[in-house]
Amino acid sequence: MGRLREYQVIGRHLPTDANPTPKLYRMRIFAPNDVVAKSRFWYFLAKLRKIKKANGEIVSLNKIAEKRPQKVKNFGIWIRYDSRSGTHNMYKEYREMSRCDAVEALYQDMAARHRARFRTIHILKVVEIEKTDDIKRPYIKQLLTKNLKFPLPHRVPKKSTKKIFAASRPATFF
Amino acid sequence: MGDAEITTSQWRLVEVGRIVLFSYGPYSGRLAAIVEIIDHKRVLVDGPSDSPDQAVPRHSAPLANVSLTPLIIPKTPRAIGNGPLRTAWQKEEVEKKWAESNWAQSRERSKKRRALTDFERFKVMRMRKQARFEEKKALAKVKASA
Repeated sequence: MGRLREYQVIGRHLPTDANPTPKLYRMRIFAPNDVVAKSRFWYFLAKLRKIKKANGEIVSLNKIAEKRPQKVKNFGIWIRYDSRSGTHNMYKEYREMSRCDAVEALYQDMAARHRARFRTIHILKVVEIEKTDDIKRPYIKQLLTKNLKFPLPHRVPKKSTKKIFAASRPATFF
Repeated sequence: MGDAEITTSQWRLVEVGRIVLFSYGPYSGRLAAIVEIIDHKRVLVDGPSDSPDQAVPRHSAPLANVSLTPLIIPKTPRAIGNGPLRTAWQKEEVEKKWAESNWAQSRERSKKRRALTDFERFKVMRMRKQARFEEKKALAKVKASA
C-alpha cells in the first residue's frame, strides 16, 4: 500500500433562502488521508466556483478501491504544472498496478525531472489505457513489445559489498 | 585481420515464465515465477507453492530483490492467472527441479554448515580429509597403471 489513496468527495454550498437546494459537486482526489482529501476538495472548488469551506459543506467522502489491484495496467495522466517560469499542461504515461500507484509515480517523476513540488501539480485526469495502440509515449511502448525479454548484465550481489575486502572476486555473470 | 567468431553470451533473461529466487525482503529464499514485466526494474511475480511457508503472493517485486534461476516454465502466456500457473508449476515440477539443482543444494549445505557447533565443524573437516585421501589414493593407482 502506497502513500496516496483515492477519495470521492461530494460537497455543496450551504443551503440559503435564495437557493434551498444547492448543486452538488463531486471530485476524485488523490490524498494521503481523508483530512487532506477534504482540504484539497475545498482548494479546487474555490478555484472553480464561488464556494469556500466557510460557506459550504462536505456531503460525503468515500475511499475508492482499485477494482483489479493484481493486474498490470497502463495509465495516462493529464496534469497542470506550475514551473518556475509559467504554467504548463502535460500528458504522461505510467505502467502500474493501480491508479494510486500511477499518481505516486507521477509525483516522484515530476520531482525528479522538473524539481516539482506537490503543491505545483494539479492532476486533471487519470485514465486507464486499454488499447495498446492508444499509447503515445515511447517509454511505455517499448515495454509492450511481444515476447519481451532482457538480461540483467553484471550484477554485483548486495551481500558481497558488505565487507571492504573479499577473499575472491564476486561473480557477476548470471 | 583474422575472422573473429562471435557468439552471444548466455545471460539468463527476464522473461515471462522465468523462475526467480528471492534473495532479499520478506520472501527471501522462496521461488516465484515472473508473470508479467512491469518495467525495467519491476516484475509481477507469483509463487504458487503448496506449502504456505514457501508460497509467494502475487505482487510487484523489484528485480533488485530477486535472482534469476536457470529454470523456466516454457510458453507461459502473459499475465497468467494463479490457477493455471499452479498447474503449470506442478506439471513442470519446478520445486523438484530446484531441489535437485547445484544452486539449491549448496544453499542448503551452507545453511546447514552455518548452524554447526565447533565440534561438528571439526568432524566435517576430518571427513573431508578422509574423502580427499581416498580420492588421492584412487588417482595414484590410476596414474601408476597408466
